[in-house]
Amino acid sequence: MITMEHVYKSYRVAKRNAGMKAACKSLFRREKEIIQALSDVSFTIQDGEMVGYIGPNGAGKSSTIKILSGILTPESGTCLVDGRIPWKNRKEHVRQIGVVFGQRSQLWWDVPVIDSFELLKDIYAVSPNEYRNNIEELTELLHLQELLKMPTRQLSLGQRMRCEIAASLLHSPRILFLDEPTIGLDAVSKLAVREFILRLNREHKTTVLLTTHDMQDIEALTRRIILIGRGRVLMDGTLEDMCRLAAEHGTTTVRQPGQIETGRTTVEKTDSTDAGKQCQTDLKGLAGEKVFVDGEPGQSDESLERIVAALYQKLDIV
Amino acid sequence: MKAYKKYVSFFRLRFNMGLQYRAAAISGAITQILWGLIECLTFRAFQQTDPSVYPMTFSATVSYIWLREAFFSAFSTWQTDGEIFDSIMDGGIAYELCRPVSIYDMWFAKTTAGRLSVATLRSIPLLTVAFLLPKPFRMALPASPKHFLLFVLTLFLGLGVTVAFCMFTYILAFFTISPQGLRMMFTSMVDFLSGAIIPLPFMPGGVRTFLELLPFAGMFNVPLRIYSSDLSGAEMLRGIGLQCFWLVTLLLLGKVLCRAAEKKIVVQGG
Repeated sequence: MITMEHVYKSYRVAKRNAGMKAACKSLFRREKEIIQALSDVSFTIQDGEMVGYIGPNGAGKSSTIKILSGILTPESGTCLVDGRIPWKNRKEHVRQIGVVFGQRSQLWWDVPVIDSFELLKDIYAVSPNEYRNNIEELTELLHLQELLKMPTRQLSLGQRMRCEIAASLLHSPRILFLDEPTIGLDAVSKLAVREFILRLNREHKTTVLLTTHDMQDIEALTRRIILIGRGRVLMDGTLEDMCRLAAEHGTTTVRQPGQIETGRTTVEKTDSTDAGKQCQTDLKGLAGEKVFVDGEPGQSDESLERIVAALYQKLDIV
Repeated sequence: MKAYKKYVSFFRLRFNMGLQYRAAAISGAITQILWGLIECLTFRAFQQTDPSVYPMTFSATVSYIWLREAFFSAFSTWQTDGEIFDSIMDGGIAYELCRPVSIYDMWFAKTTAGRLSVATLRSIPLLTVAFLLPKPFRMALPASPKHFLLFVLTLFLGLGVTVAFCMFTYILAFFTISPQGLRMMFTSMVDFLSGAIIPLPFMPGGVRTFLELLPFAGMFNVPLRIYSSDLSGAEMLRGIGLQCFWLVTLLLLGKVLCRAAEKKIVVQGG
């Protein structure tokens, strides 16, 4: 179980104006500004849950993940992951978790992928049996057969990301933090990654906390969403709750299940099992002009993206 | 011992990785053979000007030069691990902090392995050439089997001291925006103080005594001079003692500083 209570984290940022004069001035005196990355963040995640953690760039998503994985120490607040305080005993803690940073690589660049895996096996002291089983399973599910002997530098982004995810799971962690795991991937790789995460959660009951900007990820993977903006948790609920929140802010309104009303137009939802799909949005009053998003199947995800974008703007967290 | 298995694995992977850069090894070896020849000629000129004030035997100088060139990449402070600096600069260190490893020990293992692999590759062709050169530029055999064993032992001690010192440049990079300035300062300082430019016996009396007490003298000054028995007896024992002292001191200081850095770390980038 993961709990975060009243967590605060800020960074000091050196700021200066553009130009030579300002640069010279900053040689002697630096203006430091405190940026509040997280303020009063609280949430609880149960074992086996899969939670989507969303918010605009700079909202504090990565900071949260870094605190949960023991890399950063918050200024105040408590945080417990399976009873451990992540930053107190980092080495003990990280043994039990897996982390994927979509924008970084944990594989050694110049050596075959399998060499990186073998190293991770030794780092986590994975028993030979467990290692063999995990490799077999991961290879099959993520289609790694061809990739393991290739040097990391020669893999495409999608291939590499599949290897990265496998690398984070070699020690069978019970909790997996995914920081933008689908960033930059093509459609096929995205689907493969999503399918794998779903399966991992279903079969191994792995707790997953996932940050993403791709609303399709959220739709495909998570029942629960935590929305964060300017370091604060703004919503903790389902996709439907988010549409409702958007409605409250004049973006869309939900009258009853299966029906989403926009500021002007009411649209029948034909498929009530999938909130957010096939909803039609009127963004008038947001950007100053009327934008219709057609609710045709296949375009539905775009409309969900628009709802989120409009919500970000309305909440003034962009 | 089991706890150290992971660091051995880091060492092995980094060592194997270093062995694959063949072209770099060949060009490195050629550069250093030429450089060694220039040095030999320079010191030959010194010696011929006034043999009475020349502080070493010429054969010891030649051995010193060739060993220095052969193990250049193991002992040069200039040859720091770019990957480590990059990981601090761009935030890639986030992944390393997600592992159940000590950052200090892991970097120590990686750096040592990287240095040893490059030095192994380069030293073989270089020493082969050095042993085949015509006299007086030919490299001599070690003074005795005992000297050879002590040479190997102190070579590893010296490598330890060098790496322990380089660890400070990595750790200090946590506190500055870019490590380049510190690196440059450390490199030129160490090159002079360790005897990389001019062997320490050539330094004037008081300066020499002082420099021999510093950790930099424990890098390659001790092993390279033991090889040709330029350093022996009580002076040699004192050298080895100082090597051990500095190794332990630098390791402890580095670990304390590293822990402090980890506490206030800011992982850069998204």
